[in-house]
Amino acid sequence: MNTFQATRLVAAREIRVRLLDRAYLISTAVYLLMVAGLTILPGLVGGPSSVAVVSAEAAPPLRAAGADVRVVGSASEAEKLVRSGDVDAAVVDGRVLAMNEAPTDVVTALSSSPPINLLAPDAVDPGLAFLAPFAIAMLFYMTALGFGMQIAMSVTEEKQTRVVEILVASVPVRALLSGKIIGTGILALAQITLVVAVALVGLSMTDVGVEVWPLIGPALDWFIPFFLFGFAALAALWAAAGALVARVEDVGAASMPLQMIVLAPLVAVLTMRDNAVAMTVLSYFPLSSPTVMPARLFAGDVAAWEPVLSLALLAATAAGFLLAGARVYRGGLLRNGGRVRLAAAWGSSGD
Amino acid sequence: MTPELRIEGISRRFGERLALDEVSFTVPAGRLTGFIGGNGAGKTTTMRIVLGVLAAHGGRVRWQGADIDALARRRFGYMPEERGLYPKMGVADQLVYLARLHGLDPARARRNVADLLERLGLAARAKEPLEKLSLGNQQRAQLAAALAHDPVALVLDEPFSGLDPGAVDDVAGVLRERAATGVPVLFSSHQLDLVERLCDQLVIIAGGQIRASGDREQLRRAHAADQHLIVVDEDAGWLRELPGVRLVSLDGPRAVVVLSDPSATQKLLRAALDRGPVHQFTPVIPTLTEIFRKVSQ
Repeated sequence: MNTFQATRLVAAREIRVRLLDRAYLISTAVYLLMVAGLTILPGLVGGPSSVAVVSAEAAPPLRAAGADVRVVGSASEAEKLVRSGDVDAAVVDGRVLAMNEAPTDVVTALSSSPPINLLAPDAVDPGLAFLAPFAIAMLFYMTALGFGMQIAMSVTEEKQTRVVEILVASVPVRALLSGKIIGTGILALAQITLVVAVALVGLSMTDVGVEVWPLIGPALDWFIPFFLFGFAALAALWAAAGALVARVEDVGAASMPLQMIVLAPLVAVLTMRDNAVAMTVLSYFPLSSPTVMPARLFAGDVAAWEPVLSLALLAATAAGFLLAGARVYRGGLLRNGGRVRLAAAWGSSGD
Repeated sequence: MTPELRIEGISRRFGERLALDEVSFTVPAGRLTGFIGGNGAGKTTTMRIVLGVLAAHGGRVRWQGADIDALARRRFGYMPEERGLYPKMGVADQLVYLARLHGLDPARARRNVADLLERLGLAARAKEPLEKLSLGNQQRAQLAAALAHDPVALVLDEPFSGLDPGAVDDVAGVLRERAATGVPVLFSSHQLDLVERLCDQLVIIAGGQIRASGDREQLRRAHAADQHLIVVDEDAGWLRELPGVRLVSLDGPRAVVVLSDPSATQKLLRAALDRGPVHQFTPVIPTLTEIFRKVSQ
C-alpha cells in the first residue's frame, strides 16, 4: 500500500462518517430548506393587491397594473371591505383608502409619470447588486467555517481518543492530512453545489431568476475554482489548529484566528461594497479573493485576465499554507497533554 | 531470516530527563515476552519508539536483521497505552478501516475482523458504535484492532489492564495463539503474577535502564543466589556452626541458607542426615516479584 491508497482510505472514511452522521444530515437538510425558502419566498410575498372600486371607470388602469379589482355598490361598502381586510385598498371619489400603509402600487397605477430613459443602466437591479455579493460571501463563509471547523475537530478527535497513535504507526502523516483535507473538501464542494443548485431552482421559480440568469453563469464558473483553492489554502491551517489542542472543547479557542480570517471577507463585502478600489484590492488579496472576486464578477465590471491573476496568487498562497500547516500538524499531532505551543509544534517536526 | 525484533541501545531524552538509557533487548519469534517496570520506567516510551511514533535520540530498532522501516512497521500490531479508537464509529467498521490502513484488501479485512470479533465474543456488537460497548468490550475491540491485519509482530502496552478475569483468559489465549504461529509478542504489564504465568521471556526496566532480560526460567535460576531451603525434624540452629554456610533465615526446623560453593550442598545434606531425617532440601527459586524488587532497586 502506498501513500496514495492510504490517502484515499482516509478521505473515504471522512466522507463515510459524515454521511452516516444523522445530526450532520439533518443540519444540512435544514440549511438547504433555508436556502430554498430565502430564494423562493421574496417572490411570493406581496402578490397582486386587491382593490375595491365604486365606479367601474377606475378599474382598467388598476387591472393593467395587475391588481385584483372588485367593483362594489357604495363608498361605505368599499370602506368596510378595507377595514375587514378583504381588500388591500379602495378607490372612492378619486381618493385612495387603505389601513395603515400607503398602497404604492395602487397609487402608481393611478398616476401618470413621464417616461424614463436611463443613459447608463445598471446591469443588475441595485437590490440584487447588493444581495448577490452578500449571498456569495455568506455562502463561502458558512462553508469555509463549517468544513474548516470539521477538519480541526476531526484532527483533535483523533488526538483526544489517541487513535492517532495507531494511525501514525500504520500510515504516513502526510497521507492522514491529505486524506482528511480531500475528504472534507469533497463534502464541502458537494454541499456548496447542492446549495447553489437549490438556490438556482428557487430563483428560476421567481421573476428575479430570469433577470439574473445570464449574470450567474460567469460568476458561478469562477466561484468553484476560487472556492476550491480558498478552501485548500486554509484546510491545512485548520488541521494544524486542531493538532495544537488536546480536547475537542478547545478547538474553538485554538482556531479563533482562522475563524476571523474567514469572517473578514464577509465583513469587507458588507461594509466596503461601494468602495471600488477596496473591492479591487480585496479581489486579489488571497485571503479575501475567493469571496470578493466572484462578487465583482457578478457585478460584471471585471476584465478577463483579472480572475486568472487572482486565482494564480491564491493558488501560490494555498501551496505555501499547505506546507506550513502540514508542518505544524505533524509537530502537534503526537504531543499529548494540554495545549501545544505553535513554536514547539513548528520546531519539532523531526521528533 | 527469523522474525526477531531487536532493540539496540535506544536512548531518549525528554528535556533534561533521560527517559531511556541505551535500552537493548530481544523479542524472539514465537514467544511471549513480558516487559515489566514501574510507572515512568520507560516501557511506553520504548514501545512508541519501536512503532516509530516517537523518535529515538540514539540506538536503533532491528527487524529480521535489518533496520526497521515504515513498511515493516505497518505490518506490526500495536496497542497503545492510552486506548484509542473512534467512539462514534461502528466496531466492525473501524476495525476494517484500520486493517485496510495496514494494507489488507477489503475482503480479507472484513473476513479477519469477523473472525476476531467472533473469537473475542463481540460478534453481536459488531455494528454498534464503540462508545456503546462496556469498557471491557472496548478493550477487546482495541486488541482486535492490533490483530486484524495479521501482524508479523505484536507490541502491546498493558493489554491486560482493566480486564476482568474472563477477558484476561481470552486475551491471553489469543496472544498465545499468535505467538504459536511464530510471531514475536512483546507486552508490558504491571501485573507481575500474570506475566509470570504467561511469559516465556522477561524484560525488566527501571529508571530507563534494562535491569534484566532473557528466558524466564533462566532468569529465575540466575537470581536464585544459591539459596537453599532445608527442613529438618528439630531446631536447625546448628547450621550456624557449619563452615561454608551462611544462615539467611531460621524458623525452628526451617532454614534458608546461602552456600559458599556448589560442593557445599552435598556436605550440608550429609551433615543434616547425620543428625536426623531431612524433610525438604531444595534450591530457592525466587518469584518474579522478588526478582523485580531486587533488580529494580
